[in-house]
Amino acid sequence: MIEVRDLVITFNPGSPLERKALRGISLRLGEGDFVSVIGSNGAGKSTLLGAIAGDMLPTSGRVLLGGSDVTRLPAEARSRHVARVFQDPLAGSCGNLSIAENLALAASRGQRRSFLPALRQSRLSKIRARIEELNLKLEDRLDQPMGSLSGGQRQALSLVMATLAPSSVLLLDEHTAALDPRNAEFVLGLTRDLAARFRLTVLMVTHSMRHALDIGTRTVMLHEGRILLDVAGAERAGLTIEDLLDQFRRARGEALAEDRLLTG
Amino acid sequence: MSSIALLGAIELGLIYALVGLGVYLSFRVLDFPDLTVDGSFPLGAAVTAVLLVAGADPWVATGAGVVAGALAGFVTAFVTVRFGVLHLLASILTMIALFSVNLRIMGRPNIALLTEATVLTPWLSGGTFGGLVADEYVRPLFLAVVVLAAVALVAAFLRSEAGLAMRATGANPRMARAQGVRTGVQIIVGVMLSNGLVGLAGALFAQTNGFADVTSGVGTIVVGLAAVIVGETFIPRRRIFWALVGCVVGAVIYRLAVQTALSIDFLGLQASDLNLATALLVLVALVLPKLRHRVRTRAAS
Repeated sequence: MIEVRDLVITFNPGSPLERKALRGISLRLGEGDFVSVIGSNGAGKSTLLGAIAGDMLPTSGRVLLGGSDVTRLPAEARSRHVARVFQDPLAGSCGNLSIAENLALAASRGQRRSFLPALRQSRLSKIRARIEELNLKLEDRLDQPMGSLSGGQRQALSLVMATLAPSSVLLLDEHTAALDPRNAEFVLGLTRDLAARFRLTVLMVTHSMRHALDIGTRTVMLHEGRILLDVAGAERAGLTIEDLLDQFRRARGEALAEDRLLTG
Repeated sequence: MSSIALLGAIELGLIYALVGLGVYLSFRVLDFPDLTVDGSFPLGAAVTAVLLVAGADPWVATGAGVVAGALAGFVTAFVTVRFGVLHLLASILTMIALFSVNLRIMGRPNIALLTEATVLTPWLSGGTFGGLVADEYVRPLFLAVVVLAAVALVAAFLRSEAGLAMRATGANPRMARAQGVRTGVQIIVGVMLSNGLVGLAGALFAQTNGFADVTSGVGTIVVGLAAVIVGETFIPRRRIFWALVGCVVGAVIYRLAVQTALSIDFLGLQASDLNLATALLVLVALVLPKLRHRVRTRAAS
């Protein structure tokens, strides 16, 4: 479903600011895989996600989605297959458009947009039904601007938006990092439900080792642009946060006292 | 103010309402400050005037004015999107270039349209539908119908799936791209639409006032901004339709205010003070919400 081959991304190549964000990553996700990606700051997690989404073009290597090579396609051309939720709750929606308009926008993601009213009845009832499922009492506020909602509400709606139009791949870039613990749990639970319901192939970047082990079917650890660990199944089930920290310690060869990783 | 002056102000207000709609599209919907309009307004007038003098059908001439305006918008948006030139700078370049282009099109700085048939001719006495409406009301009524049609069309577009994509492009381009919106195309189409409306305003200006002049575009952007901002003050509604009606109301109120100020003798204002007054008005309107916000946040803390 998602495949990257020998992916290398170098920012500002040849200049004093040169930074190798990805140093040759190969990763393959089958249909319905739910992969959690962890790693310290600068490990290349967000860059990997950006390369799959089409935000940045790789220096070398290939990106495949659903079997077809999309390495050179811009983000908007990949949106037919790829839905995304960003870390910043403000980034994934338009604050000055209404809730209904935001969802209508997402309902035709990757499709041709017609001159028919975006909020026609058939579509509105579909949108309303999906919002009612959330039990957030937002179905009566469809006319209100998205900007009037809390971060948790916006992330929950972003997830609904990501699953309104048919797609196969869901990319989550630390989408609970900006939320308080209670909202983060709610959004994570919703993520799990929706991924299962729509049989999505999910790549979730997270800062939390606990989430990386608890959620999904596979855990990938990045370090300095390389894959350090890639576990699934029984091997993954036996892993503890302590084991992950060990891996980091060994890779970095330094005390974790200075580490800024979240262990929660 | 005499009734002739009043009608004249309303008439000009309705013409600038089209400019207001265009500026709303670029400035508010796309967040693309576009000074091209200072050139596309006289461009629409010039193209229409030249074609009318050459004996073209008035509707064809008007249509050509619209297309010319849209092409001017295309140049600005294309340079911005394709070559990454700052939108403001790209539009200034187009505006400056259009001054020469307009002179070339007209062959001289000014063309009078006194005897040529215009889109208004059939409605004036002696025309096909003459006598239906008293002659002095023909121009404002005709313009009102055009403006209403423009508001209805633009509102329908902005509420459509395609229009929503354009609004998202201005509000959050990264999100728009993630939704599959080709933001570059949206900007080009939007700025073309905007300048097409301004070209239409120029074409109708030439026909209702009986002349086209290369200097008639100076300050078009500021008048358009004034229309948008005055409209938002008088009709502070979020719904697209009402925002567009606000542009129209804003343009008419603005022209009425100008006419009133000019007709009050003791103010000692001359027509040439207009640009200064407009600039001050727009400045105040732009700064006021920020000051109000600052006062509010200070009161809250």
